[in-house]
Amino acid sequence: MANESTLGHLLRSQGISRRAFLKFCSTTATLLALPAGVAPAMAETLASARRPSVIWLSFQECTGCTEALTRSHSPTIESLLFGFISLDYHHTLQAASGDHAEHAREQAQHENEGKYLVLVDGSVPLVEHYSTIAGISNLQMLKDAAAGAAAIINVGTCSAYGGLPMARPNPTDAVPVGDIITDKPIVNIPGCPPMPLAITGVIAQYLTLGTLPEVDDLGRPLAFFGENIHDRCYRRPFYDRGLFAETFDDEGARKGWCLYKLGCKAPVSYNACAHVKWNNGVSFPIQSGHGCIGCSEPRFWDAGGIYQSVATGQFGDGAKLGAAAVAGAAIGAGAALLARRKKARLDAEDHATQ
Amino acid sequence: MSLLEFARGPAIHASLIIMVAGIALRLLGVLVLTRGADLSRPRDAFGNFKGYRMVFSRAWPSDEFTTPTRYQTIVAYIFHVATLIVVVGIVPHIEFIASLTGLSWPGLPNWMGVALGTIALASLIALILRRLSKPAVYNSTRGDYVTWVIVALPLITGLMAFAHVGLRYETMLALHILSSALLFAYMPFSKLMHAFWFVFSRAQSGLAYAHKGVRI
Repeated sequence: MANESTLGHLLRSQGISRRAFLKFCSTTATLLALPAGVAPAMAETLASARRPSVIWLSFQECTGCTEALTRSHSPTIESLLFGFISLDYHHTLQAASGDHAEHAREQAQHENEGKYLVLVDGSVPLVEHYSTIAGISNLQMLKDAAAGAAAIINVGTCSAYGGLPMARPNPTDAVPVGDIITDKPIVNIPGCPPMPLAITGVIAQYLTLGTLPEVDDLGRPLAFFGENIHDRCYRRPFYDRGLFAETFDDEGARKGWCLYKLGCKAPVSYNACAHVKWNNGVSFPIQSGHGCIGCSEPRFWDAGGIYQSVATGQFGDGAKLGAAAVAGAAIGAGAALLARRKKARLDAEDHATQ
Repeated sequence: MSLLEFARGPAIHASLIIMVAGIALRLLGVLVLTRGADLSRPRDAFGNFKGYRMVFSRAWPSDEFTTPTRYQTIVAYIFHVATLIVVVGIVPHIEFIASLTGLSWPGLPNWMGVALGTIALASLIALILRRLSKPAVYNSTRGDYVTWVIVALPLITGLMAFAHVGLRYETMLALHILSSALLFAYMPFSKLMHAFWFVFSRAQSGLAYAHKGVRI
C-alpha cells in the first residue's frame, strides 16, 4: 500500500470498480448530510487525495476503539480508506517499537507540521506518572502532538469526555483531551466503543472537503449523534403501549418488549446505534436484549446503575429521608409542647393574680 | 455536572428531605397543640360518630349549595383525580417510587397517561380562569397564584418532555424533575398542606356540631 500514490490508484489496484467507489462517495455524502452535488466532487477529490499523515495517540484506553474500527468487515471501502491514510503512529498497528516508533512519530510531526491529524483514544491523567509512553507522560505527548496538528479527533468516550478512568473515584485524576487542548479544532466521536462508520465518516469529510463536520454542543458530529436512540429504536411501539420487560428472560423480554424498566438509557443517549447498527448493520444492544448503557454520553459510568431506569433518583438509599422525618416530627412536637406549657403557665399566672 | 444530573441527584434529594421534614414538622406541630378533649356531652346516641363522618359527608356541598357550586366542585375533582392517577399510574413515576420504597405496581399505557395529564392541565387552567374572573368570590392572595404556578409547572414540563416538544429531551426532563422538586419543597409550607389538614378540619367541625345545642 505504501507504493500507491493516490487513493484512486490504491482502490483500483484492490479491484474496487469506479462504480462501487462512486456509490461509496454518494452514500458517505448522504450520511454526512452534505448536498447531493458534493458526491462527484468528493469522488474526484478522494481519488486524487494524497496520503495525509495521521498520528494516533493511545493514552488511558483499553484499545476497544481500535478494535471496533479494525474489526469492521474487510475488505470494505472504509477499511481501505483507513489503510490509505499514512498512519504514522499507532501502538497496536505499527510494526516498529521502542525508539524507532517514537522517532517515526516525531519525524511525521516535523515533516507535516500544521497539516497532520491527531486521533486520540484514552483519557489523560493529570497525575502524570500513571501513564507514560517511552518515559514521556501522556499529558506531555498530547501537548507536543497537538502543537503542530491541524485538528484533533477524540475517538471514544475516554478521550472525548474522560470515560471509565474518570469515573468515581478517579484515582489517576483523568481528564478529557478537550480540557487540555483548547486552541485547536476538536471533534468528539464518543461511544464505548464508537461506531466505526462515525470515525471513517469524519475522516472522509476532512479528506475531501478539508473541513470538520458540524457538531453539537458536546462536540459530536450531528450526522451520527444528532438523534436520540429512543426515537429510532424499533422497540418504541412497546414503550408507547406500556409493554415492558420486567426481568431478563421473562415473557416480555422474550417477546422483545421495551427495556426501559431494565435500565435502558436510550431516552437520554445520542448515537447512531439504532439505525446504523453494529457489525455492518447486524444488531445493536437493545436488539440483542440488553438496554442501552448510554456510552456516548459524558459521565455515563457515574449516572446511576446500568440496570436502574432513567426515571430513578440518584441519591443512594432513603436513610436521610427517614432521619428528616424523625427530625421534623421531633421539632414540630417539641415546639407544640413548649407552646402548650407556656399557655398553661400564662393561664396559671392569670389565675394567681385574680 | 449536567442539569439532568443535578436534578436527579442533589435537587430531588434535598427537596424530598425538606418535604418529609416539613410535613412531619407541621403535622405534629399542630396536632400536639390540642386544647384538650371536649368535656360536654354529645347531642345524641351516635356520639362522636357523626362528627368523624363529616370528613366524608363534606366531600360534596350539601343541599342548597349543590347547584351554585356544581361547576367548580366537578372541575376541582377532575383535576385532583387526574393528577393523582398520572402521579401514581405512569411507568417512569412508578420506577421512581419503586427506587425509593421498593413498592411497584403495573403502569398505565402511555396514551392514557397523556390523556389524563392533558385533562389535569386543562382543568387546572379552568380553575385559575374562574379565580381570575371572580375576585369577589375568591379574595385571592399572592400565595394562591404562586401555588397555582408551582403545581402547573410539573404538569406542563412533563407533557412537553414526553411529547419531545420544546428543548431537547434531557433538558425538558431535567426541568420536569426540578419543577417537581420545587413542588415537593414548597408543599409543606403552603396551602397545599390542605392535603392533610382537610381531614382534621372537617373532623373538628363535625365534632363541635355533634356536641353543640340541645340534646335530641
